[in-house]
Amino acid sequence: MSAPADAIPQTEQPQYLRWAIVAAITLGLLYVAFYLYLIAQPLFAVVILAIGVIFALIFGRNRYYNLRFVFPSVAAILLFVALPIGYTIWIGFTNYSSFNLLTFERAKSVLLSRGSVDKSTEQPFAVADLGDGTYQIWLPEAGLLSDPVSLTEALEEAALEPAGEPSNLLSAKDAIKLRSGLQTLTLHTPDGIAIQNSGLRTFASLMPDYRELEDGQLERIADGVILTPDHGEGFYFADNGEKIPPGWYVNIGWRNFDRIFNNSGIREPMIGIFVWTVVFAAASVVLTFAVGLLLGVILQWEHLRGKAIYRILLILPYAVPSFISILVFRGLFNQNFGEINLILEALFGVRPEWFTNANLARTMILIVNTWLGYPYMMLLAMGFLQGVPQDHKKAAALEGASASRVFFKITLPQILPPFMPLLISSFAFNFNNMVLVLLLTRGLPDIVGTTVPAGQTDILASFTYRIAFGFSSTEFGLAGAITLLIFVLVSVISYVNFVAMRRGTEKRNAR
Amino acid sequence: MIVERPRDLRIKKILAHGFLILFLAFITFPFLMVVSISFREGNFTIGDIWPRNPTLEHWYLAFGLDYTRADGTVVEPPFPVLLWMWNSIKLGLFAGAGVLVISTVSAYAFSRIKFRGRTALLDGLFIIQMFPTTLALIALYAIFDSLGEVSPFLGIDSHLSVVMVYWSGVVLHIWTLKGYFDGIDTALDKAAAIDGATPWQTFRLVFLPLAVPMMAVIFVLVFIGAINDYPVASVLLRSEDNLTLAVGSRLYLNEFKYLWGDFAAAAILSGVPITIVFLIAQKYLVSGLGEGAVKG
Repeated sequence: MSAPADAIPQTEQPQYLRWAIVAAITLGLLYVAFYLYLIAQPLFAVVILAIGVIFALIFGRNRYYNLRFVFPSVAAILLFVALPIGYTIWIGFTNYSSFNLLTFERAKSVLLSRGSVDKSTEQPFAVADLGDGTYQIWLPEAGLLSDPVSLTEALEEAALEPAGEPSNLLSAKDAIKLRSGLQTLTLHTPDGIAIQNSGLRTFASLMPDYRELEDGQLERIADGVILTPDHGEGFYFADNGEKIPPGWYVNIGWRNFDRIFNNSGIREPMIGIFVWTVVFAAASVVLTFAVGLLLGVILQWEHLRGKAIYRILLILPYAVPSFISILVFRGLFNQNFGEINLILEALFGVRPEWFTNANLARTMILIVNTWLGYPYMMLLAMGFLQGVPQDHKKAAALEGASASRVFFKITLPQILPPFMPLLISSFAFNFNNMVLVLLLTRGLPDIVGTTVPAGQTDILASFTYRIAFGFSSTEFGLAGAITLLIFVLVSVISYVNFVAMRRGTEKRNAR
Repeated sequence: MIVERPRDLRIKKILAHGFLILFLAFITFPFLMVVSISFREGNFTIGDIWPRNPTLEHWYLAFGLDYTRADGTVVEPPFPVLLWMWNSIKLGLFAGAGVLVISTVSAYAFSRIKFRGRTALLDGLFIIQMFPTTLALIALYAIFDSLGEVSPFLGIDSHLSVVMVYWSGVVLHIWTLKGYFDGIDTALDKAAAIDGATPWQTFRLVFLPLAVPMMAVIFVLVFIGAINDYPVASVLLRSEDNLTLAVGSRLYLNEFKYLWGDFAAAAILSGVPITIVFLIAQKYLVSGLGEGAVKG
């Protein structure tokens, strides 16, 4: 079998086209890098710049022809896997949170752009209706007319130009109806002064609240108080110690880790959560493996009929999207009107508190996870069971060994080694299986007396997720620090997994 | 085992079938319940397995149609399920296509093109990829928050951002495809090279057509993975119209607004097509499973 010669075009693609594409992509990346630098994100700017330069080099010079093939995957992994990992670790050493959300430059410009309406500059206004849903603002005292504005409730800005009085002015009563739109409007005079609606009939100049001093301090114009930036805390502080939000994120060294290890409101729940994470992952692997293997053995039995139907039905839990199954279970297990409790009450007169009792909630999670995970193990087991030589089993049976003895002495030892790397990766998967926890219990019931949200069924990953993206708190810094600790654990698991996989491939190749 | 008496065999058979049927009854119980619930009246009512007054209300709402009850009240659909489904499918298709492009090209390079540090690079990528994306969500959020200032298409609440994250999950597929390419006879590339083909042409005209079945498997895996993804989409998507099914479905079972019946119909509507795709593909998927693919 060989490729027909005439199917391969002898001419290269036109050079200029390639150059144009390479130049366009490079320029695009450089623009993104420059823009990121402008908005004070130097780290991301450097990364994008590096990718742009490497892209231009690899695709611009024929010397690097071979590297063109791997560039897309390496770039994607560096950008969206390696960079986020590194960045998460860096965040772990900062106080990035809902209080310290901005960069220093942004926090400063927010304060500097903050302004109050200066009542002394109040002047009357009128609204001219242009008829097509847009309006113009007329300031008779200054003789200024604005560009057309829509006066919706969205924030809006428009410039003022000197002009004569427009003819189609609305009455004061009709103008008041447009109040909500007027309140979100900012006008700019030709002198660069911002003007806002200050009352039912007046507009007034917007005076800045703060003024920048030469040494980086800010002065509050109203009372002359001096604000000093504190780069250890990420806030401006007034002379009297008052903290002025918004804050910016700064490097705070090991303080997050100090909180994790020395604040008992975080440390205690974390130890509990860690233990539960390991128990959960291990129990999930053991349960799914046991159930899957049992079913695999039964389905492999030569005398069983209807295997195909059983097989399809048995893998249904694997085929249905897991987020749907998990939510279905969330409803079925509902304590008050869930179908499971209805049946249990009818049969045994009990209504287990699946969501408020910690042990029951954990049991429920394991039941659901076994339900979700056994088909995968069953499919694998069926494959591996086929590889066990029949004569070994027959010989043992002839010697008088019982079926269970044959299974534990002959079959299991033979399928366990190839199963091992898959069991480890299943462990690693469940170690971070936060989808299950987030969708089923969201970590509830809560552990009492903690400083951060922590639940009895939380695993480390969902615990971190809730710290970072919870309803009540968004402590990215603390979450980043915990993530670093998880990374260390995952590294160990990954290394073991990697070695096991390598060994598995070598064995398979040797065979 | 080999010498079995017919009577023992029959008892064993009955036991095996009995066990399997009992087990299946347990396993399929949730599915049967959901079907029943979707035809039941109201969102709270406790009903029988066979609904007493079956109603299509939840199904109307799932399809995005208003439903007029017998007493004349009109119920509006609580959530845009079909839109969410379309979002999920769109993300899945783009994720699958992108991953295919990236992984086939790279796998070909790792299998056939010689360059320095090839093995080390692949091992490195493999180790990096073992860190689950779900742990770097905070950083992903921060990165796209910044990129969003350059262009909203690259920012939070943009489908492109989510797809780009899915594109980065390629290493396992590169690994699988590389194994497949390694098994192709090198005489083929040599023949192509003698005919004057560049490595790119060899890849496009010789290797790519050979890898089509494998690519189909990978496409389905990525597609299903993207549709099932909750963490990335939940962090990066914000507005209700942009949500995917996985993120949106959760809104049904809110403690304060518990729409059990509506959820049941929406779940069946969205779950059935994906399940069918999976069942059709599963024969081919199983061979890939042994390579270590874990359903995500």
